[in-house]
Amino acid sequence: MINVSHLSKTYGAFRAVDDVTFTAHPGRVTGFLGPNGAGKSTTMRIMVGLTPSSSGEATILGRHYSDLPNPGREVGVLLDASAQHAGRTGREILTIAQRTMRMPKGRVEDMLALVSLTDEEAGRRVRDYSLGMRQRLGIAAALIGDPEVLILDEPANGLDPAGIRWMRDLLRGFANHGGTVLLSSHLLHEIEVIADDIVVIGQGRVVAQGTKHELLEAAGTYVRAADHAALAAALNAAGHHTEQSDQGLRTEATTDEVGTVALAAGIALRELRPADGAGLEEMFLALTADTQRDDTTDTNAGAAA
Amino acid sequence: MSTATLAPTTGVGEQVARKKRTTYEPIPMRTIMGVELRKMFDTRSGFWLMASIVILSVIATGAVILFAPADEQTYDSFAGAIGIPMTIVLPIIAALSITSEWSQRTGLTTFTMVPSRSRVVVAKLIDTVLIGITSILVALAVGALGNVIGSQLAGVPTTWDMTVSEVLYILAGNGLGLLMGFTLGVLFRNSAAAIVGYFVYSMVLPTLSALLAGAQDWYADAQRWVDFQFNQTGLFDGGFTAQDWASLAVTGAAWLLLPLAFGLWRVLRSEVK
Repeated sequence: MINVSHLSKTYGAFRAVDDVTFTAHPGRVTGFLGPNGAGKSTTMRIMVGLTPSSSGEATILGRHYSDLPNPGREVGVLLDASAQHAGRTGREILTIAQRTMRMPKGRVEDMLALVSLTDEEAGRRVRDYSLGMRQRLGIAAALIGDPEVLILDEPANGLDPAGIRWMRDLLRGFANHGGTVLLSSHLLHEIEVIADDIVVIGQGRVVAQGTKHELLEAAGTYVRAADHAALAAALNAAGHHTEQSDQGLRTEATTDEVGTVALAAGIALRELRPADGAGLEEMFLALTADTQRDDTTDTNAGAAA
Repeated sequence: MSTATLAPTTGVGEQVARKKRTTYEPIPMRTIMGVELRKMFDTRSGFWLMASIVILSVIATGAVILFAPADEQTYDSFAGAIGIPMTIVLPIIAALSITSEWSQRTGLTTFTMVPSRSRVVVAKLIDTVLIGITSILVALAVGALGNVIGSQLAGVPTTWDMTVSEVLYILAGNGLGLLMGFTLGVLFRNSAAAIVGYFVYSMVLPTLSALLAGAQDWYADAQRWVDFQFNQTGLFDGGFTAQDWASLAVTGAAWLLLPLAFGLWRVLRSEVK
């Protein structure tokens, strides 16, 4: 369980994190979604005490992170997979974590096996690791203390599609065993695939949050009919706002409601379906457009989706 | 109470609450010290930095055997020759133990596993002091070996012209140099800046101070109360009077303790990125 309450962080006049409040529940994967520079990493660093907050607070398992006697045993943290001494081997980095947390020695080999790093790879220096290998090593280090809570900043960065699937299954299993997972991403697609709950952040503020189901539901319905004008009129008469979208209409009414209205008005439908994440995606793109930085990643997200 | 919580409405969330509710022991200081010591040796650069202590001792010893005249094949010469590389390497080791957490960004992991930064810094300080003492003892042993060999080769009697008190002075002088390196590391949190800072402190400032003392009578009198390095290197000559100790303490407080306290204060509050 992670509780973030009215958390703010200002740098001079700049509000990097602005009154952020949300809860990550046990048994669920919570996705922290936002464009680069939205305040995700700063929020996560405040959670684990690396950055002091300006106001508000974050608790993990009911306590401030700095009050945990041996934090690695309760919270697994991966903030930046590349923040390691390039001259250490992967195995050495895990050994340092294992000794600090006072875990049994065998834990290092167990974790290497869990994240599929071979014996030879574990003996290599981290400067020779790909980003994907560093992420796997970072996840191994986060899990080595057998924690209840995971806090992962952009863990899917650098993983190939098979790696993303592997991580999804790993985190799903962790949550199913009652663990709490908070992971951040700037890619909507990644979060859609992995998370149960989503917190969307833009320019330091939470702009939307809820279960993935709720957020996607809020995106409404996409419908195509023989006569769009008549359908739009019928939906408007029933109190539903509509707008033209691609070849059809978008409305916030449910598919049931649209079907009922169309039947009553005697309009033949050609296509009727939930509008998927279109609403979420549009909101997300609007956020990204403001920061003017993510043009390439957006294209990637679109292509990946 | 237990029957109530075990009621059938167990959601996925509740299973966790019972997964484990152990209270963990705080991480003991000896664990942190052990890990920090390991981190000083477990990279190539760290390992060779440590190895350089032994290597430089051997080179310095060899140089005395080869180049010093027969009547100077004494323990004092060997100890003096070995002491020079030591005054450079030990402060660098001390500075890097701190700065690598920032320069290599390992602090992100270190301070997440041990949120109490002061405990990490104290562990590093104790470790570097232990390394300093060990290094000097190793160096003195290498020097002793050199003294035996050198005097044999030169055909002169082996002279042990160093007292225990002189050894303690050397330890103190090197110890303060090491603390200066540590202080600069804490203050700058950047490897290059700390090392440059140490060379400025140990090489540039003394020259300027000596020039000024030569040119200005008032400074020649005041120097010992201003120049910490002057007092610190004075330790290598030994024979301190009460006034020497007093000026060492005064300058040490200004040059060592104040910056260290300020640096620590910043380390505890700064943002680790």
